[in-house]
Amino acid sequence: MSKTIPRATVRSAPRTQVPRGLGRRLFVVVYFMLLLLPIYWMINMSLKPNREILGGLTFYPHELTFDNYRTIFTDPTWYMGYVNSLIYVGMNTVMSLLIALPAAYAFSRFHFLGANHLFFWLLTNRMAPAAVFLLPFFQLYQNIGLYDTHLAVALAHLLFNVPLAVWILEGFMSGVPREIDETAAVDGYSFPRFFLTIFLPLIRSGIGVTAFFCFMFSWVELLLARTLTSVAAKPIAATMTRTVSASGMDWGLLAAAGVLTIIPGALVIYFVRNHIAKGFALGRV
Amino acid sequence: MKLELQGVSKRVGAESYLYPLELTLTTGLNVLLGPTLAGKTSLMRLIAGLDKPTTGRVVLNGQDVTGVRVQKRSVAFVYQQFINYPSLSVFDNIASPLRVRGGLSRAQIAERVQRAATMMRIDPFLGRLPAELSGGQQQRTAIARALVKEADVLLMDEPLVNLDYKLREELRLEMRSIFSSRDAIVVYATTEPYEALLLGGTVSVLDKGQVLQSGSTLEVYHHPDSQRVGEVFSDPPINLLGATVEGSQLRLESGVTFPLPRHMQALGPGPYRLGLRAGHAGLSPAHGEVAVPATVELAEISGSETFLHLGIAGVPGVGQGAPTHVVAQLGGVHPFSVGQDVTLHLNPKRLFAFDPGGRLRAAPERGVAAPA
Repeated sequence: MSKTIPRATVRSAPRTQVPRGLGRRLFVVVYFMLLLLPIYWMINMSLKPNREILGGLTFYPHELTFDNYRTIFTDPTWYMGYVNSLIYVGMNTVMSLLIALPAAYAFSRFHFLGANHLFFWLLTNRMAPAAVFLLPFFQLYQNIGLYDTHLAVALAHLLFNVPLAVWILEGFMSGVPREIDETAAVDGYSFPRFFLTIFLPLIRSGIGVTAFFCFMFSWVELLLARTLTSVAAKPIAATMTRTVSASGMDWGLLAAAGVLTIIPGALVIYFVRNHIAKGFALGRV
Repeated sequence: MKLELQGVSKRVGAESYLYPLELTLTTGLNVLLGPTLAGKTSLMRLIAGLDKPTTGRVVLNGQDVTGVRVQKRSVAFVYQQFINYPSLSVFDNIASPLRVRGGLSRAQIAERVQRAATMMRIDPFLGRLPAELSGGQQQRTAIARALVKEADVLLMDEPLVNLDYKLREELRLEMRSIFSSRDAIVVYATTEPYEALLLGGTVSVLDKGQVLQSGSTLEVYHHPDSQRVGEVFSDPPINLLGATVEGSQLRLESGVTFPLPRHMQALGPGPYRLGLRAGHAGLSPAHGEVAVPATVELAEISGSETFLHLGIAGVPGVGQGAPTHVVAQLGGVHPFSVGQDVTLHLNPKRLFAFDPGGRLRAAPERGVAAPA
């Protein structure tokens, strides 16, 4: 829980001085330029025709064009890639949270036989590379008819996201005193009602951060997503490999697709920006 | 109303938090007095239904409620920590037990919340969140939420401990008047004898998971039936002096001899331990005719009082021969140096006598003139 600091206190507190002097400013500018250069270059490329990209070095688009973006938004094979990705990522995030919330509550509130071992074992699921699970998933999904569905990818990603979600949520939940649970029981709240109306609002930021991590992992994961789909649920990352064709590489289109891939992540980060640090510490701050 | 604990005990693993105990609590204020780890909280959790007793039954108004879920019981609980729902406003916090129970109109709820909030003097803050209140106001909110429920049993687990001194004094006086007028069994746990005396009502002295003594607060204070009750129900703990009854004389371990006071006339010869409250020991002859030489070990000055820790040398061969430790509570601030020799005056009429087993054998008569 973050405490609200009254405005007056903030105002009267001594401000941290912004580094002055040319040297320091120059350092900061150069540093951020280096950081942002690849992203700038991608945006730059996405706004150029292939002719200019391959023609020579230009630091900004001399022949400004939005054709690359137009292609993506009009060609179903392109935009369905985004739709597919968003569908399985969304499914995965919701499923991860629905599974992890009760699990994290149990780990945070109850002592049961092997609780600590089980809790650690969850995390070990993240220690194996995704490739290890590739073959079994593929075989299994083919046999039960899940292959090339959104559900297939969403389920496969649960293997990595549920443990992480349990760990993060457990940290946030343990920050809520157990006495609140008991007070609610004394007040007469049934457990589901307490959980939904009292408890969940208290760990709002934790849920946001967890959703962000699930989203992020599922969004960037390529190997499982590509292997478990072919046409109907093909993710955007797999679609992007289409730009390699007999006529060479469509650089501009690829760059535009890349830019659009960054946007959802950036949006999600914006909403949980104040809580991410706590999320990286698995809620244990 | 009557709440009975019949053979109730609580064991967790191999550890006994509460030994089987019998206790009856009635309408009005019931204080549970005991040091930390005495089992006060365990007992209250059993009464509330938050924990299940290992053995025994909890009977409320003749009805066995042992297995009844906490949601279904008519209880309210106030914790030592300030526990409120952080995401709800003060108004919603106080209203929550009423809303959950249902059956009340919006206006009725608002009216009751307003009444409880006014009683706890937090009515100007009803729109705020708990985090925007001071500690005292947060605890007032928690108490208001407990009051508004109008439960049969109101449990308060050291509700004032985490407040600063001034607030504690203030709230304590308010609570006394609020509780005395309520038709509920109020159970109030505290470690402070002073608080128990101030709140009045009945007291049950707990120690190490056992109820040592129950009764009206003053009765227990004046007749602690064991040495341990005397120690718990006294702050600083009651002073204990080894002594022997020899005929009509009482002989302290330090060798000082004086005639048996009237309330000890019935004691047979043999060893005893004498109890003397710190407030009844002093350095001026006005405190009593018996003078005992002593050495200053430490002087603690707390506000307007001085707690003087004294060592009384034992005569070798009598008792352990080790110095007896005595605390005297003096009014005012007095400078003392460590190692200074002083004369401790005590009034034999104020002495308790415990036998070597720790049972009370003689207590001072009530109404003995208090020392000047």
